[in-house]
Amino acid sequence: MDLAYTEAEEEFRARLRAWLAAVLPGLPPKPSPDDWPARRAYDTAWQRMLYDAGYAGLHWPVDAGGQGATPTQHLIFLEETEKAGAPYVGANFVGLLHAGPTIAAEGTAGQRARWLPPVLRGDEIWCQGFSEPEAGSDLAALRTRAVRDGDDYVVSGQKIWTSHAEVADWCELLVRTDADAPKHRGISWLAMPMDAPGITVRPLRTPAGSTEFAEVFLDEVRVPVRNRVGAENDGWRVTMVTLSFERGTAFVGEVVACRRTLDALAAEARRNGRWDDPVLRRRLGRLNAEFRALWRLTQANVGESERTGGVPGVGGSVFKLRYSGARQELYEAAAEVLGAEGAFDLDREWVLDRLSSLAYTIAAGTSQIQRNIVAERILGLPKGR
Amino acid sequence: MDLQLSDDQRALRSGMRDLLGAVFDREALRAAVERGGTVDRGLWRELGAAGLFALRLPEEAGGVGLGLPEAVLLFEEAGRALLPGPLVATHLAAGAVEGAAEGEAVVTALEGGGRPVAHLAEADAVLVGPGVLTDPAAALSGSGVRAGSGALTGEALAASVAEAGPVRSLDPLTPLHRAEGIAGAAMGLARGSEAYQVEGLAGAASGLAGGSEAYPGALCREGALLTAAEQLGSATRTTEMAVQHARTREQFGAPIGSFQAVKHLCADMLARTEPARSALYAAALTADPVEIAAAKLLADEAAVRNARDCLQIHGGMGFTWEADVHLHLKRAWLRASRWLTAAESEEILAAALGPSSGPVPPLYSGSAASG
Repeated sequence: MDLAYTEAEEEFRARLRAWLAAVLPGLPPKPSPDDWPARRAYDTAWQRMLYDAGYAGLHWPVDAGGQGATPTQHLIFLEETEKAGAPYVGANFVGLLHAGPTIAAEGTAGQRARWLPPVLRGDEIWCQGFSEPEAGSDLAALRTRAVRDGDDYVVSGQKIWTSHAEVADWCELLVRTDADAPKHRGISWLAMPMDAPGITVRPLRTPAGSTEFAEVFLDEVRVPVRNRVGAENDGWRVTMVTLSFERGTAFVGEVVACRRTLDALAAEARRNGRWDDPVLRRRLGRLNAEFRALWRLTQANVGESERTGGVPGVGGSVFKLRYSGARQELYEAAAEVLGAEGAFDLDREWVLDRLSSLAYTIAAGTSQIQRNIVAERILGLPKGR
Repeated sequence: MDLQLSDDQRALRSGMRDLLGAVFDREALRAAVERGGTVDRGLWRELGAAGLFALRLPEEAGGVGLGLPEAVLLFEEAGRALLPGPLVATHLAAGAVEGAAEGEAVVTALEGGGRPVAHLAEADAVLVGPGVLTDPAAALSGSGVRAGSGALTGEALAASVAEAGPVRSLDPLTPLHRAEGIAGAAMGLARGSEAYQVEGLAGAASGLAGGSEAYPGALCREGALLTAAEQLGSATRTTEMAVQHARTREQFGAPIGSFQAVKHLCADMLARTEPARSALYAAALTADPVEIAAAKLLADEAAVRNARDCLQIHGGMGFTWEADVHLHLKRAWLRASRWLTAAESEEILAAALGPSSGPVPPLYSGSAASG
């Protein structure tokens, strides 16, 4: 048990800090949240800067074009970039954290050569075609069909809640390739080009009023068979690889961000006098305990994954369950700090964040699904019937 | 950077678990309940011989020379086994109160703030920490009080015990006394009555903390941390008990653990325990007052709420004297009030927030102890 970082890790941190201090002041202002082309351009330009500086795909294996960093170095990277206020991974999220690691782990040499470098350089972005109107939490109930026709699959169906679909180049798509197999066994994982004929993208508005995701309609879209990652009908296993990456590291930077927000809330409460309310003050104190513990849990999980060779385990579900609830509590407290004169002003950042925090207990596996995973896979309780 | 246990730490923990399995099994636990939680002096000596109290004393002083992380692991096991007695206070007194390190003396603590004193009638010494400062009378007597921390022993202790009224304790494993009588005697100590002071206590405790902090802060921090470790052990144990029951108990023709409503209770128990564990281990490594406050707050919550959920999962079987789950819940409630309450922890954690936050107030400052 120790909290000390090695000399090499501290050197890595110092080098990264110096680079961030040099480049961040020169960045252009962030684009409007509703301007997707501008957001894409901003996020991919940042990715290109990371690439040129040798920080792209830090945690990816070297033979996939990454830097082969240890989980601890990755943790330091996420901590320092967030502390410095660097841009969020944004539109590069699916490529860097889902599709890329999945292709790196399961793809052929040709697939890795085709898809991984553009993700790292910020040339191409990905979206995720997993959820469907009838298959959200019950992901394996998906219905989108892919019928083999020569060298192509012909894909028809509908995906929903697809982030970045309007501006994505590729979609990591789950399709049913065997309608007669048990539902987990007839699924395949395809890389679908988003400019293929037959794709219609219709933006959806969130409760915040912005278009964060879209519906994607697929009408006899032809996807080459060579775009399938993993064996036919083996897509569920491939998907589980993807999801373990998602739950392992996706929220590390956000914990740091939440701690910064909490400090800002305390500063605002001291400024506007609400700090004198002991109920609110203690509520903020409790949140401090919560986010400190989540940070320590992150460190513990990273130490564990370092020990086991870098593959995130199901322990990520405990983290995701607790974090998503804590994030919502944070912005409920933010509304208290803002008071009636501020809590209903959509121009206040914390007001929009309060709305978007609602997604955290739903997206990437609902809290109810996470509890099932914790109960069945960690605690060993019997599956329900 | 690794919050996982080292091989030595794993061995230490399993050694403690084996020892407690041998000397404090379920039969011994229920016997302790039947005699009102009084200290078994033979067992106390065995714990002393095993190094529980002398763990952090330097080897040249007859101790084991280990640190707070190792102490936390042992107290986690104690909490898991529901081991009774003033374990934390005796551990804190090792090296300062004669016989504490070896388990020959039973040492309890006066924490002030109206908290009753545990195991007073059996105590050979009572630690009088800065908790006395939360007593309004003590606060009035000025800053000189702080220097008077020490331990009450001998005739002074006997006289104050005679005055202290017993409380019919909620927790059958922890006999309690009202603190007024002993607080009065402690005030005498605080005013500098040399007779009650134990030489070297301040030096020993600050040495244990490994820093230059004054005795009172170190005492409270370590008391809170080790109590949090007991809470975590209890929270872990009630989770195991709940899962075990849910796997085997059948209703409606199926194990109740296959029902989502029960599953989710169990999952939430683990989701309370694991963040508390990470916070606790980090706090043991840093000995930072804010980290300790976070660990105590989350471990208290995990222990209390897990015991309640465990009782719920056991249903009618859980709501009996024969089931052990009420013993976990009662100890957890009591420990949540020891050394650092939720309100005190939250105030410490709040004060540490924000770019403009001032220095963290010492534990047991008057303003933080209003809860």
